[in-house]
Amino acid sequence: MEPESLERSLRAHPFVSELTDEHVHFLVGCAKNSRVEAGKYLFHEDDAANALYLLRSGRVALESNLPGRGAVQVETAGAGDVLGWAALFAPHRWHLDGRALEPLLVFELDGVCVRKKTENDPAFGHAFTRRLLFEVHRRLVRARLQQLDVYKAELR
Amino acid sequence: MNPSLPRALRVRRFVRDTVDTFTLSLDPEAGAEFRFAPGQFNMLYAFGTGEVPISISGDPSRSGDLVHTIRAVGPVTRALGRLRRGSSLGVRGPFGTAWPLESARARDVVVVAGGIGLAPLRPALYELFRRRSEFGRMALVYGARTPIDLLYQKELERWRARGDTELLVTVDRGDPDWRGETGVVTKYLPRLGIDPVNAVGFLCGPEAMMRFAVRELEQRGMSRANVFVSLERNMKCAIAQCGHCQLGPTLICRDGAVYSYERVAPLLAVREL
Repeated sequence: MEPESLERSLRAHPFVSELTDEHVHFLVGCAKNSRVEAGKYLFHEDDAANALYLLRSGRVALESNLPGRGAVQVETAGAGDVLGWAALFAPHRWHLDGRALEPLLVFELDGVCVRKKTENDPAFGHAFTRRLLFEVHRRLVRARLQQLDVYKAELR
Repeated sequence: MNPSLPRALRVRRFVRDTVDTFTLSLDPEAGAEFRFAPGQFNMLYAFGTGEVPISISGDPSRSGDLVHTIRAVGPVTRALGRLRRGSSLGVRGPFGTAWPLESARARDVVVVAGGIGLAPLRPALYELFRRRSEFGRMALVYGARTPIDLLYQKELERWRARGDTELLVTVDRGDPDWRGETGVVTKYLPRLGIDPVNAVGFLCGPEAMMRFAVRELEQRGMSRANVFVSLERNMKCAIAQCGHCQLGPTLICRDGAVYSYERVAPLLAVREL
């Protein structure tokens, strides 16, 4: 895909939709399109996290393998979701497995490239980090509800 | 008819839904019909054990079939779970308020159900589907703990096949064989194809789930005055006499179980209630 059309399609992704045109133009230098077949892994737990993935289509199961229980699905992610802030923070390793449940089309943002841009351009860094913080906030609220285990039967 | 006096009805059909949940279809008394509004409940009496409030989960247009889906969580519900075809139990009701379906006419509708909370919403869903053309866009988000805890799976497939309603089924914990969504119900609320400003929400499930879900809907611009929830508290008489189901100034048996969220939100925030 030509950089201009990559930029245009990247701009339509919910994760960057609130960034300015200038910032998306700045970010597109870190981005490329990637495809993953159904059943393949986008990443494995403890592997180096080198990329941030903005999902365009398809679904990913985030899993953790527990002895005796097999792969437990923690969450599924789909179009509009973002995965991989582990690429932005040391030790830059994945915490979960990411398995494609369906063919995936993603924007792959190079982690080192994004880190450099956020450090070198404070205005971009602020806007990008603020957007990421919003995602982290929503994920944390969901994780808290999940942790409450509200459907567990309470004997009376 | 004396609302304190149970009628003895027989079980027509027993269906095991999940490991701890079952559905009883009851025969109304010979020649009689049992009319109820979606959202109402009955008091079911397991003879010799006790009485519990259970929402009616059947089709309100089929007055010859009285259906309750029950989760076995205590002595009475476990006793009800031992009933089989031909067994009898006591029934009082129907009691309580109904889902305000008329308020949803010509508007979008979002239904959020969690766990056994799909059962009290099912009569409303039957009615919404029967009168589908009267409503705008419709979405149903249903969450359960794990894939084996999902209720009414064949019915969910039928509703999905209608193609006129956005249906999202999710579990809090998936397993390797699960091909659906994993995540809490609130995750899917920001993406529904409804107009939140012109939508009505019907929510039923664990109270924490409903509180989190309302906040997501509000974030999208939905007014809590347009959100309705079904609440549950200890209940005894069901006729506003004993006060067991009191929630602040309201009695759930008389003023609920279906409430406007705007009305009950301040009460749900009070730990002492």
